[in-house]
Amino acid sequence: MKEKIIEKLLLFCALLTIFTTLGIIAVLLIQSFNFFKEVSFFDFVTDTEWTPLFSNKRYGILPLLSGTLLTTLIAVLVAVPIGLIIAIYLSEYAPKKVRSILKPSLEILAAVPTVVYGYFALVYVTPFLQSIFPSLSGFNSLSPGLMMGIMILPLVSSLSEDALYAVPKFLKEGSFALGATRFQTAWKVMVPAAFSGIAVSVILAISRAIGETMIVAIAAGQQPRLTFNPFVPVETATTYIVQVSSGDVPHDSIEYRTIFAVGMSLFVITLILNNISFWLKRKYQATYS
Amino acid sequence: MKIEAKNVKFFYGQDQVLKDISMSIKKNTVTALIGPSGCGKSTFLRLFNRMNDLIEGARLEGEILIDGVDIYNKNINVNELRKTIGMVFQKPNPFPKTIYENVAYGLKVNGVSDKNIIEESVEQSLKQAALWEEVKDKLKKSAFALSGGQQQRLCIARALAVKPSILLMDEPASALDPISSIKIEELIYQLKSSYTILIVTHNMQQASRTSDKTAFFYMGELVEFDDTRTLFTNPKKERTQNYITGRFG
Ligand SMILES: Nc1ncnc2c1ncn2[C@@H]1O[C@H](COP(=O)(O)OP(=O)(O)OP(=O)(O)O)[C@@H](O)[C@H]1O
Ligand SMILES: [Mg+2]
Repeated sequence: MKEKIIEKLLLFCALLTIFTTLGIIAVLLIQSFNFFKEVSFFDFVTDTEWTPLFSNKRYGILPLLSGTLLTTLIAVLVAVPIGLIIAIYLSEYAPKKVRSILKPSLEILAAVPTVVYGYFALVYVTPFLQSIFPSLSGFNSLSPGLMMGIMILPLVSSLSEDALYAVPKFLKEGSFALGATRFQTAWKVMVPAAFSGIAVSVILAISRAIGETMIVAIAAGQQPRLTFNPFVPVETATTYIVQVSSGDVPHDSIEYRTIFAVGMSLFVITLILNNISFWLKRKYQATYS
Repeated sequence: MKIEAKNVKFFYGQDQVLKDISMSIKKNTVTALIGPSGCGKSTFLRLFNRMNDLIEGARLEGEILIDGVDIYNKNINVNELRKTIGMVFQKPNPFPKTIYENVAYGLKVNGVSDKNIIEESVEQSLKQAALWEEVKDKLKKSAFALSGGQQQRLCIARALAVKPSILLMDEPASALDPISSIKIEELIYQLKSSYTILIVTHNMQQASRTSDKTAFFYMGELVEFDDTRTLFTNPKKERTQNYITGRFG
């Protein structure tokens, strides 16, 4: 009897999460559908202006996407090389002791609340960068991009290290036995062997950066702009959603529905990234068994 | 005189797994290392290319001499040393690269960049490993596309490409089917004229078919070391007798 109740309860919890997810997707779909009844899809993906809150309304998603892309790109440029170097150091060079201390310490970086990174970017990093690049605006994509890079760094280093560590020992020995140095072994054998795991870690980090809201909302600005100049204010897709949903836009208006169209775009991008990482995992999994 | 172990003791942390082993191996011979599981054959074999250096907390006492030089001497460049000593592992371990790149790897990491030299050496090594005919049309394919036996011969070719003078083989045929296994044996027989070979095996027939000398290890001790024929037909120690007749181990 008791068993039965527990079983039902567990099932209920599982179903609840599934229905919540389905509900969210349904709302996204319906609201986006309503949005596209008023705005042509073609304009949405090709127009280079995003001004739904102004009197001259334009609905081009490109400026928001470029803001998201630019901050993400900067973050990835920071996190991937550094993360990979750390991963190689931890798995191939560091003595066991160093590794057991360094790895958890790095993971703390991911536990810092993102609002802290955001204010750090705005209050310290931007002024510091301005002392080097006087043309840097108070809001820009460079400084939050760098902070975001540090935020996702442990994701890359930790997962890549796991992937490198999981490469069979006999592969490493095979390389050493041919007279290869540690670095040659790490770079030419271990990294390719762990490629799928490393790629998955990078994709996860990209997804995380694309969805990141707080850092960019605080430090990147709120000016949708189709640009790849890291020195000027931009607005990311996530920032726009925050801006509108916390503002006083009436709920049954086209302005309000824009956030669902933007949300839908983010959802589609992340979904594609997820699928790529899933496919990569499957494709390379069977290699060493 | 080519290879010599002098009073070798080896420890993993506190555990002594090799107990005062002395042995000398002549040039261009095949020496089989046999003995029950865990007796220290692999550990002993891996001393000759300093593979055990990678294990934290491991320690060696005694000397390993190759052509009179102590290879654990401070002045020895380990990478250079390993170039002269090829190793083939129990499980085929091709790199996640093409067949061609697998064989070329050893040359490239040792600074050879001339394409013609590499190409020639790849072909020659694959021929030596009796694999050329099977792979010559798919050199750009992944090494994983090969069968287990082919992969193992690829690993042999990879080792031969850097022109070693000594080959260490740790149960090179144990993961293979009987036919592939015989192929590897034939290969060993052919390689003997130009290489000094040490081979660990659990297969008595294989040891007696391929080797000139056989060393029987038991619990970290070298019990008997003699001409293969003598050791298998007329062993001096009872332990050896029991082992080769399958009474234990
Ligand atoms: N990396 C290691 N750390 C600690 N102990 C080890 C390590 N490698 C081997 N040993 C121990 O050393 C002893 C000898 O091992 P070794 O692998 O040399 O035996 P072997 O004769 O090759 O056995 P097998 O026939 O099963 O391959 C065993 O007791 C083993 O448990
Ligand atoms: Mg062994």
